[in-house]
Amino acid sequence: MAGVSAPTVEAVDLSVTSLRELNSRLHAAASDETLPRRWRVLNPHGAHSVAVGLDAELDVEVEGHVGYYCAGMNQHATVRVRGNCGVGVAENIMSGRVVVDGNASQSAAATGRGGLVVIHGDASARCGISMKGVDVVVRGSVGHMAAFMGQKGRLVVCGDAGDALGDSLYEARLYVRGSVAGLGADCVEKDLRDEHREELAALLAEAGMDGVDPAEFRRYGSARRLYNFDVDNAGPYE
Amino acid sequence: MCGIVGLFSKSDEVGERLGEHLGAMLGQMGDRGPDSAGVAVYRDPAPAGSSKVTLFSPDPRQDWAALHAALEDEFGDAVEPDVVASHAVFVVGTDAGTAQAWLRERHPELRVMSAGETIEIYKEMGDPRAFVPRFGLPEMQGSHGLGHTRMATESRVTTEHSHPFSTGLDLCLVHNGSLSNHNLLRRGLHREGIELQTDNDSEVAAGYLTWRMREGASLEEALEGCLRDLDGFYTFAVGTADGFAVLRDPVACKPAVMAETDQWVAMASEYRAIAVLPGAEDAEQWEPTPGRVYSWERERV
Repeated sequence: MAGVSAPTVEAVDLSVTSLRELNSRLHAAASDETLPRRWRVLNPHGAHSVAVGLDAELDVEVEGHVGYYCAGMNQHATVRVRGNCGVGVAENIMSGRVVVDGNASQSAAATGRGGLVVIHGDASARCGISMKGVDVVVRGSVGHMAAFMGQKGRLVVCGDAGDALGDSLYEARLYVRGSVAGLGADCVEKDLRDEHREELAALLAEAGMDGVDPAEFRRYGSARRLYNFDVDNAGPYE
Repeated sequence: MCGIVGLFSKSDEVGERLGEHLGAMLGQMGDRGPDSAGVAVYRDPAPAGSSKVTLFSPDPRQDWAALHAALEDEFGDAVEPDVVASHAVFVVGTDAGTAQAWLRERHPELRVMSAGETIEIYKEMGDPRAFVPRFGLPEMQGSHGLGHTRMATESRVTTEHSHPFSTGLDLCLVHNGSLSNHNLLRRGLHREGIELQTDNDSEVAAGYLTWRMREGASLEEALEGCLRDLDGFYTFAVGTADGFAVLRDPVACKPAVMAETDQWVAMASEYRAIAVLPGAEDAEQWEPTPGRVYSWERERV
């Protein structure tokens, strides 16, 4: 990127710096390119809302476990958490990338509109709920109700999926390598064709999931049989 | 909202500082429940043939010494009560059932918070961060303990409506969530002779466990029964004389995280309450699977 100076890393220790100050400094960096591009956050100790609302090509590494909504509403930035995340990591992500080295709690990447969320551990219930364009790649397993009402984007699960996968799905595409405890309403298995294997291979490569064979996955999507898919019911929506 | 914490010591070092750790955990959950706070601490077993009773009095001038003398007259050599803020812990020279019946008949103005061999329950309205020093929690040692910070949603903010709720001898329950069929359950429990003291939904869950265990269920079986009979949202932590158990409802709207090292086992609504424990960053950490009972027990020596 033109005009960016030496890649110094700005360290912020949350045991001495307030969360509000950390986030204010990250937000300031979005509009001032003379401020650091690379950041390290130390001692998060389960704090909520770490690195939320970023809107620039920043690179933020969080050293430890975080609480709720880490990297929520992210745009353009890359946030990596070297630990576990509480509820709602990368909720409503717009673009950029959020990587979790550990496990993610409920509602990871909820309502995300774009960007990529990579979880190297497991994600619990409601992963990708109401996803609207985000791509989510999970190396481990996901809990119940993953991708509930998912409208757009791809969810890739290298492990197993819990109950009610893809309930009331719209156009989000789901790929699961392991077992599926149960499909939600209107979610069905579909053929894994070459185009899907290519899509999967690209997503896995982008997420850095080496050694995972796209051919081992099953594809799931909407059967489009619910009320809102029936053209005779279009009237109430006009 | 509400916050729950639980800590089970696996070493003397943690046991000696149990109250300090539990207080720090409770403080972290203050934001989740600013209305009231409470703890159950398991420690100092009553000698054989006697029992331990925690009493609450709303009267700041309560004459605990007179009650001590009356208990001594009735049941023999009782040790001096341990007066802690609005509560007092008595070791009474009889079984817990007899002691409770006597207290309820003679002193209806007092509330029996807990009874058994090792349990002590303290709870009070107000900011959890003020609760911790007020009740001298940092000085308490013990084998394990539970705590709760309450954000009231469906019944009044009083000391009696605070958690933990005693569910029987040496048993207690803390709850994050809300139950929707508690009125129906309360009527059923009343028919079974389980008397509840408030209109609080969580106390119904406590009463349900008491009833099931009275009918012969193990704690695990009683908790599994909750999955069938309780309608609503819940993360429960249940304290027993020897350990504690955790259960989340199958929908799992309410959070919970657990962690374990070779020194301790802990559960909390959020990780930040566990982060205050020694060695938390390197602890094995996981989110309890919805609908599954987790329990820890120490071996009786």
